[in-house]
Amino acid sequence: MSTLTLENVSRWFGNVVAVNDITMTIGPGVTGLLGPNGAGKSTLLNMMGGFLAPSNGTVTLDDRTVWRNESIYRDIGIVPEREAMYDFLTGRDFVLANAELHGLGRKEAARALATVDMEHAQDRRISTYSKGMRQRVKMASALVHEPSVLLLDEPFNGMDPRQRMQLMELLRHMGDEGRTVLFSSHILEEVEQLASHIEVIVAGRHAASGDFRRIRRLMTDRPHRYLVRSDDDRALAAALIADPSTSGIEVDLEEGALRIQAVDFGRFTTLLPRVARDHGIRLLAVSPSDESLESVFSYLVAA
Amino acid sequence: MSSLVHPTAARLTYRALLGRRRAAILFALPVLLLVIAIAVRALTGADDTTANTVLGSFALATMVPLIGVIAGTGAIGPEIDDGSVVYLLAKPVRRSTVIVTKLLVAIGVSVVFSAVPVLIAGFVLNGNSQQLAVAYALAAAVASVAYSALFLFLGTVTRHAVVIGLVYALVWEAVFGSLVPGARTLSVQQWALALAQKAGAEGAVTSDVGLAPAVVLLVVVTGAATWYAARRLKSLTLAGEE
Repeated sequence: MSTLTLENVSRWFGNVVAVNDITMTIGPGVTGLLGPNGAGKSTLLNMMGGFLAPSNGTVTLDDRTVWRNESIYRDIGIVPEREAMYDFLTGRDFVLANAELHGLGRKEAARALATVDMEHAQDRRISTYSKGMRQRVKMASALVHEPSVLLLDEPFNGMDPRQRMQLMELLRHMGDEGRTVLFSSHILEEVEQLASHIEVIVAGRHAASGDFRRIRRLMTDRPHRYLVRSDDDRALAAALIADPSTSGIEVDLEEGALRIQAVDFGRFTTLLPRVARDHGIRLLAVSPSDESLESVFSYLVAA
Repeated sequence: MSSLVHPTAARLTYRALLGRRRAAILFALPVLLLVIAIAVRALTGADDTTANTVLGSFALATMVPLIGVIAGTGAIGPEIDDGSVVYLLAKPVRRSTVIVTKLLVAIGVSVVFSAVPVLIAGFVLNGNSQQLAVAYALAAAVASVAYSALFLFLGTVTRHAVVIGLVYALVWEAVFGSLVPGARTLSVQQWALALAQKAGAEGAVTSDVGLAPAVVLLVVVTGAATWYAARRLKSLTLAGEE
């Protein structure tokens, strides 16, 4: 059982503040580090993995400083986001090299390759691997010494749904074993499926922390904007505005559509088709107009 | 794991070094030297002055530093550039062990691809008359050690290690070294020549630097470069993708 502790950690590059005064504790179980691209997730993970010094504050693993301390790698396994590996090696040789650098050998390497289900391709060169296969060999290299802490940077990027499910199953299992598993992602659904605990980072700041249901609610309860086209926009607008789930409707003549602001996401999504049916209005297009993750996150920061 | 050399790190370094396209130069340069040696011998016969020119101006002044650049920077630079070094460094292995291991591999590769061909070329050129082959091979080996350490250090400091290394090797060592007298004292090539002077027949090889200062400078440069490289690696920072 290991705990990573960040205390008032900041990191700046020149004038740019990448991570701003973050304090958090990552304990056993699976934790998701959620945030839009460029939020500072990788910077944070690099500091937790000992590959970046905090400009301010401390990063410790069970009271041991992480920066400039090679001995912590007995307890930490790292799965980097970058693709580059020793591509000229076979998967087996690569994992074996990782095992040997831990003072372990063939037995442990074979076990790690079996864990990620890569035995069938272990004798092929890494340069011939697909992205998902690379990801799994990276996992094997990080698991070979059975670390109590596993840090993964965007591990699901480029994986197909089946590989994604397999990796999630593996990480869940590791969390259940009492290991501290932290993975970063910019996709809410990914984090929600796997992590019981979420840390949200937006623009270098610690925006939210806790149970995913609470965070999910924060994210879905924000005002949603929709662009709706129908065969009778004005009638639809009149019917919708009567309901409290809608807070504003604009008739956009140029676009020939309605711009609707909904305050109660759940209620509005069931209301819209019902109202249309009851009034005999045909819906031609319904699209969310501000579903970009950035807008979701910026709302979260304001909340 | 407190030893100074890690066999796995050595294996990875060695395979990475020889597996890259750049490694072709490692093979091409010694082949070129041998071709020149054979051609010169066939055309002019065994001649000490010609042998001296080929071994001094081409082999020691150009080929040895170039191979040093490729082996020294190649032992670590590309790994840092593409980020794969994380697999080597996220291990309970001392960073000084990683550096010393990589240095030894770089030295081994440099010696095999520069000192050995120089020795063979020397014998081809004039049959080691005046001990020229042995003297220049010794100089090449000694220079390989210093170049490997210098360029390995450079590889930990900058992404442009190869360019800087080439500028040093070709401009400083090859051009300045032969034109500006002052530059010669601060040249690995001249320090190595000081040893060659000692090893060769009386007056066969000359260096601008005395033997004692040359040895001291070689040791100091090699030691300091290695020490700084280990220091750099200890606080190596990997930038994220963001």
